[in-house]
This record gives sequence, structure tokens and C-alpha cells, in this order.
Amino acid sequence: MEEVDVEPTTTPIPGFDSNQKHLGFVWGPGDILVYETIYKASGGSAGGCPFVHEVRKDEDIYSPILRKLFNESHHIFVGLQRIREDLPSKNKKPQFVSISKNYRSVIRACMEELQQVAVYHNDSLGNTLLSLELIWNLCEVLFIDAAPAGSLVLHLLDWVRLHKADVDEKAREVLASESPAEHQAYWDVVISYVLQGRMDEARQVLVKQAALQPAARVMFKLLDNLLMKMPIFNPGETQTLTEFDVKWRHWREEVDHCLQDQSFASNRHLEDICKILVGDEDVLLEYKELLSTWYHFLVTRLLFSHPTVKPTELHYYAQSSMHMFLDTRSVPEPLDSILLAAFEFDIHQVIKDCSIALNNWWFVGHLTDLLDHCKLLQSHNLHFGSNLREFLLLEYASGLFTHHSLWQLAVDYFDHCPEFGRVYLELQIERVPLDTERKALKVIRICEQRQMTEQVRSICKIMAKKALRNNRLGSALSWSIRAKDAAFATLISERFLQDYCAKGTFSDLDLIDNLGPAMLLSDRLTFLGKYREFHRLYGEKRFSDAAKLLLSLMTAKIAPHSFWMTLLTDALPLLEQKEVIFSADQTHELMFCLEELTSGKSDEDIETTKIELLRLALARNLAMAIVKEGTVEV
Amino acid sequence: MEGINAKYVSKKISKTRWRPVSSSSLQQPDIFATGSWDNEDNSISIWSIGENGVSSMGDEFEGDPQLLCEYKHNGDVLDLQFLDQDRIVTASSTGAVTIFRHHHNSQTLSVSQLWERAHHYPCNNAPCTGVVCNSPEIVTVGEDGRIMLFRADQEGVLRTIEKADSSAIHAVTFLRTTEILTVNSIGQLKLWDFRQPGNEPSQILSLTGDRVPLHCVDRHPNQQHIVATGGQDGMLCIWDVRQGNMPISLMEAHTSEMWEVHFHPSNPGHLFSCSEDGSLLHWETSSNTDTPSFLQGGRNTSIISRSAIAPTGGNQSLINAWLTGDSSKGHLETTHMLPSQMLSVNSLDVLGQCLVCGTDGEAIYVNRHVPI
Repeated sequence: MEEVDVEPTTTPIPGFDSNQKHLGFVWGPGDILVYETIYKASGGSAGGCPFVHEVRKDEDIYSPILRKLFNESHHIFVGLQRIREDLPSKNKKPQFVSISKNYRSVIRACMEELQQVAVYHNDSLGNTLLSLELIWNLCEVLFIDAAPAGSLVLHLLDWVRLHKADVDEKAREVLASESPAEHQAYWDVVISYVLQGRMDEARQVLVKQAALQPAARVMFKLLDNLLMKMPIFNPGETQTLTEFDVKWRHWREEVDHCLQDQSFASNRHLEDICKILVGDEDVLLEYKELLSTWYHFLVTRLLFSHPTVKPTELHYYAQSSMHMFLDTRSVPEPLDSILLAAFEFDIHQVIKDCSIALNNWWFVGHLTDLLDHCKLLQSHNLHFGSNLREFLLLEYASGLFTHHSLWQLAVDYFDHCPEFGRVYLELQIERVPLDTERKALKVIRICEQRQMTEQVRSICKIMAKKALRNNRLGSALSWSIRAKDAAFATLISERFLQDYCAKGTFSDLDLIDNLGPAMLLSDRLTFLGKYREFHRLYGEKRFSDAAKLLLSLMTAKIAPHSFWMTLLTDALPLLEQKEVIFSADQTHELMFCLEELTSGKSDEDIETTKIELLRLALARNLAMAIVKEGTVEV
Repeated sequence: MEGINAKYVSKKISKTRWRPVSSSSLQQPDIFATGSWDNEDNSISIWSIGENGVSSMGDEFEGDPQLLCEYKHNGDVLDLQFLDQDRIVTASSTGAVTIFRHHHNSQTLSVSQLWERAHHYPCNNAPCTGVVCNSPEIVTVGEDGRIMLFRADQEGVLRTIEKADSSAIHAVTFLRTTEILTVNSIGQLKLWDFRQPGNEPSQILSLTGDRVPLHCVDRHPNQQHIVATGGQDGMLCIWDVRQGNMPISLMEAHTSEMWEVHFHPSNPGHLFSCSEDGSLLHWETSSNTDTPSFLQGGRNTSIISRSAIAPTGGNQSLINAWLTGDSSKGHLETTHMLPSQMLSVNSLDVLGQCLVCGTDGEAIYVNRHVPI
């Protein structure tokens, strides 16, 4: 088992003294419930505090601005998954780069919005996002875009420029002032431009100074010339790397020559610039404040000493730059070690360090997924059965599921985790609280689309029971139909029939009259529908149809036995009619049903009177029917 | 699909509605209201597009909606309607019906009237699922199967139709000033006439065959007997309530629940529907002859074309456009109006040339150049 890399942070629970009592806890999906037990630290027990505390690690998902990050990145994620697998990978690289840029622009948009809101004590979030974008950008340059030697330095320059935007602000301030060349920040601006490799801008600003010192015009012209001639590798041209290298060395010799000649001796600033151009590290380190970070120092150093650096050589320079720049006694910050790991092309270390440093899985999940699509992660299985990408996505999505609203995003993430995603989803989706029918419908739709019939059935049953408790029989029925739950439909029909027996009339006629094919879902339901139809036929005085229906209900065994008495009682008025409705055969069948009903029963008073009545009526009807059928019209 | 950008708002949007513009002015609408759902703190918000809104610096997108004001709402906003220029009625999942007033000068919202237990079960609250207004009257329906009639500025309930339905009523619309039409979760359309006392509907219509729950209904702006409904299976049905028990046309529209359907208020030859599957369809009738037509009665299992072709000419007799039975002479074009791979589109509203919709991806989309 690996050792813990960092000391775990302690979170004090308010009102709890760990010296006095033991703490009890239980894990939840994203948090811990903590309570004070009755056990004292030194044995024995005493009364306790009645509070239960919820300790949550990830506060960020509740920030409204970060929610936009989650939603937009979800959209990008889903788009990424749908990129077709069959395209050759060299066609996909520009797509991946643009997806990476999309992710980054989403981070930047959030950052800008945080700045606009400008809640100062919340600035740590803004700083975190800034670092995230920095790391992602570097990963894009090194891993996804995988720039070869030559363009590598250019991409790194872009990277640094993007994250050191205050130079432009300073430059604007200086140029807007009355006498730019005498502004106190003037030389800072010029040198910053040079450090960032922005020679044209540096020259433009230098011109101001040159105008002020006509005597030193030659010197300025010389420097201007050097700056202008600095070779920049252009990957689009046919120039090869070696050709560029040769050109660059020539130029460098020229600059060195100027230095040796003491051409700039009279102006310290110009001399510094010249020394920077040859890559003099000591001078570079003098301008630590302008560089402000070791990675800026690294890139500047590479620009002026090793512009054709190969990706594999990068880590050596990175390490040395960091050592040179930082105070050797200070502990490197997490950001520094992450960047260093990136320069060393150790993707796994980057991911690991980010996971430890951040409190939610958003960043590592999405970055790892993108890198996995670029086929940059070796797929070695982790101890718990899935690969790194899937593990991180599952963790991220599980975290989302604890949120009352973002759970819907998590569903798509689970979908794209081939091994365990479905299982996780099955377990989590049943725990989404269902307050309204509309939410339940959405959850059911999610389950149906993924053929999770068990979950559909259980959710429908929950909703149906809720409806039944509120006496909404129609809603309950529509839920059972959705779940194709025959058992529940039977239950509902029983309720209806009980209501009928109790009140003598049907409630919710609009439902029963219009059941349609749903009637066939359960036998009891069919009986209910047909029984209601019988009543309707009776009401419309279509007695023979009603009689036939009534009989079929009993003979086809649709009616439950418990109801037969009621049915036979319903048959009474039909038997008592002046006109013969039941034929002889039908009467025989009715008698048979009556016998079947009474055969197993013991004598009960009320029943016997009814049975007597029925027998009498049946007998009379039989007599009349035989007579009627036997009569021959003459 | 150009001209449509997402505005992420950190809340899932359940309803969006344009503020009505006065019919005399030919202006395009510029203010809309949204309601959120599934949040711990739900709210209704008023947004503005265009010059009337407070625009912040660095607004890259023309007409990016700007939030004017927001107000906390108890429970999910299940339906939202503008009562008039200043007042909005909402239906809540707690069973409450609220009227909010929008104060233009201070750009604030305040609660003007509240009926707290408009819809309830014997023991607890029932969500109020639909509200429709014909100022000053407000009709609401809920999962408790009740229909309530209120009047703005009057405290009590004007009329209650108890046990109107044994299942949940999902949506309601006015047919005439005194008649409403409701749809429920067992697939029935019921007509109610307020002039008649009692709790019975004057007519019940439903599909034979599978009783699919219906979620939305909208009446044709000019023809009071033509309604469109959408339900759980994503089928769009056009009904004529005067005749018979069968819909005039059924079309397969979406692959999952259709949440809202709207006829365009001034160009009824256009219909819009949105669904759980994340699509928003724009249906246009068009024809090449003088007698425009629509699909004949019966089932049509395919959408004819997916390209947006502008309707030919303006001289169509649109009155019968949805009903005439000669399909060979007419076309029905449908267009997808949103990018694909989206979460459910819960709501849409269209007025003039502007369309606004809200999704479960916590985004609002506004299109100001709808081709009609």
C-alpha cells in the first residue's frame, strides 16, 4: 500500500472537544455525517450533544458561477465522446486541440465572471481557476498538440504570454503618459517585451527613447537592427530545423560580437538587453521581478539559449530553471511540482498531483478523458478494475449526483464509462428525490432510454403509491400502465371495487369509462372496465346485452369470486323483469354459478335470504324461459 | 441555426415567456421572464435583450440576455404567464399560485398576490401544473385534479371545480372566454364551460389505442376549435374539438416527451415544439398552389423534410392550412432550431420574430431572426 503523500488536513468540528468524547461518523456519497458519541475518551459514558454535523469536502459545486463551468464542459465532453473512432488519428489532432481550447475558454469565461463579481474574499477560487487554465494550457501544448522541436519554444512563448498579461497594461500606461521615455516603468516595459520575445513591440517602445537621445542614435539603431534580425522559426516554411539553427547561431554571434565590442557600454539598459539576447542567465535572474515565475524564466532562457530544444530535453532545463529561480530553502508549491511533472512528460504524475491539490474531480476527470482520447494514457488497470480515465470520471459524476440539480449531467458521464458506469447509474438514479410528477417523468425517461426496467418499475411504483395515498386513482393507474405493472393495476382496481361496494356508485367515472386498451393490463382491471360497461348498458336499457356481459363476466372467470355475490345480486332486477331476458341456457349457467358460490360456504343469515331470493328468481326465470323457447309460433 | 447563442444561467430553466408587446406597435419583444426548477432556491427572473437592457462592458454577443431582476420562488416554477405588461402569474410545485409585479422604474420584482394552497391533497400540497390567464381571470390546474378560477386583485377563489379529473392535469388553455381545455396524464382532453354549474366536463376527447399522457396544449390563434397537443411519446396531434373523438392529424415529432407546443401568434402556419430529447422543432406549412393543405387525417410516420424552406408567397389561406385533407398538394417542413446533443428543452416561447427557450443544461437560447 502506498504511503500518503501529504499530511491530511484536519477540520475542526464546532462544539466538539476531541479530548473529551469519541466521535462517530458514517460515510455518505459526497460527505460525512459526524456525531458525538456518549463514550468518553477515558472510559465511561456521559450525556452527549444532540447535533449531527455534515462535513462536506467540495463546496465548489454549489457556487453559481462554477455551475456554468460544469454545464458548458458537459456539453463539450459529450461532443468529444461522439467524435467518430474510425478517423485516422492525424485528422483528429486538430479536433482535439480545438476541444482543448474550448475547455480552456470555458475556464477563462468563468474566471472573468468571477472577476466581475469581484468578491474579494472569494478570490481563491479565481486563483485556482487561473492555475487550472495554466496547467491545462501547458498540457495542451506539450501533450495534445505535441509540438516538435522548433515550434515547441514558440508554443511555450504563447503560453507564457497568455499568462502574463500585465505587460500590455503597463505598456499602455507608459505610452499614454506625456513623456513615455521618462516614465519610471519605461525600461520595465521594454525589457518585459524582450523577455517575452516580442521584439516588434520592444522596438516600437525603444523608438521613443531613441528620439530623446539623438546623440546615441547609432547605438539605438544597432540594437534595433539586432532585434529586427532575430530569427524566429516558422514551421510553415520549408526551412528545416538545422537551417534555422545555423541562422540563429549566426545572429547570436553577431550579438555577442556587439557585446564584446562594448558598443552598448554607455547605456546600462541597452547592454542588459543585449546580454539577455545572448541568453546570459545572470542578467536574466536580475530581472526576477519582471519574470515573476520560474517557468517564464525557463521559456525565456530556452528562447535565447536553446530555441531548437527537443521535447525530451525539456525536463532538464525545467528542473535547472526552477532551482536557479526559486529560493532553495522554500518548499515548492503544488503548482510548481505539477508544472515540473508536465515538463517531464509524466502525465500520471500531473494527474496525481492535481487530484491531491484540488477538492473536486472536475479538472482531472476532463483532462484525463481528453488525453485518453488522444491515446496518450497507457491503459494499465488500477487495482479496482477500471482504468484511470473511468475511475476519475466515475468519481466526478458521483460527486455531481450529490447535487440537487446537477445530477442530470452526471448521467451522461456514467454513460461513457463502459465498465462500471451503468452499475453506478442504476444505484444512484433511484435515490434522486422525486417531488413532482415532472421530475419523476424525466428520471423514468433516463432509465427507459438505458433499458433499466427495474428502476423504471420501482420509480413508477413509488409514484403510484404516493398517488394512491392521496386518493388519486387515475394518476396511480397511469403510473402502473407506464411500468406495465399488473400487480399494482390489480391493487387499484380492488380499490375501485371496494369504493363501489361501500358507496354503491363508481368514483372517477371518467377514468373507468375511458380505459381503452389499458384495460388488458390486469384481469381485475378488465373486470372493472367490463363491469362498468354492464352498468352503462343497463342504464341505456340494453338489457339483453347487459345480461350477456354479466354472464360472461362470471363464466369467463374474469370476475373474482368475492364479487360474484354482487354480480348475482345485480342479475336480480334482470331476472325480475316482465320480459324474459336470460335464456334457459343462461339461467342454467347462472344457477351453476350460484351453486359453485354456495358450495363451500357455511350458513350466514344475510346470505341465506339473498340466496333464497336468487334461487326463487332463477327458478321462475327458468320456467318462463323454457316456456318461451318451447312456444312455437303458429 | 446562426444567431443562436447559449446563455448559461446556473439554474435549470423550466419556463420562459416573452412579455407581450402591444399589438399596435410593430416592435419585436425585448423582455422575457424565466422560471427555474430543481434548485434549492428557485427564482423567477426578468431578462432583457437589446438596447433596453443594462449592458455590461465587453458584451461579445449582440443581444446577449441581461438579467434585470430576480426574485426567490418557493418550489419549482411549473408554469408562468404574463398577466399583463407588469404582472406575472406563476404556478408552483408547492401548490401555490403567485402574482409577481415587475416595477419598471426600479427594475425589481415583488409579490403582489399569493394563493398559498390553491392545489392540495387532503394531507399535503399538490403541485400546481398549469396556469393560463385572460386578464383579469386566472385559471389554474394541478396534480390534485382540481381546476381553480381566480381573479387578480380579489382575495378568494372565484370558482373551484373539484374532482375535475382523477389523474393529474398537465396543461390548460382557453378556447373561448368562458371555455377551457385541459389535458391530463391518461391522455384525455376535456372541455369545460364555466357558464355551466357542476363539475362535469362538457366534452371528453381522447385517442383510441394507447392512452398516452398529454403534456401540453395550444389553441390555434384564429380558429378556436383547432388545438395542438403533445404528449409522452413525442407525437404531435392536431384536433378539431367540434367534430368527433379523433384527432385530425398525428405526426411523429420527437423521440421523448414533448413539453411545449405553440402556434405562432401572428403566423399560425408555423408551429413550434420542444421536447425532452433536446430538440426544438419549427413546423411550417407551405404549399405551391392556392389551396394550401396539411397532412391528411391519419397517421403520418415520417417528417417530410428537414431543411428550412421559406414558405412560398404570403397569400395562403392559412385558415384551413392545418386541416384540409389533400396531402399531395402541401408540404410540411420541419427544422431543428438548436444544436444537437443537448439536455431537455423544457420550454419555449415565440413572438414576432423572436424565439426564446430554456433547457435542463441551465442555458437560455434566444433567436431573434426566426424565419417566418
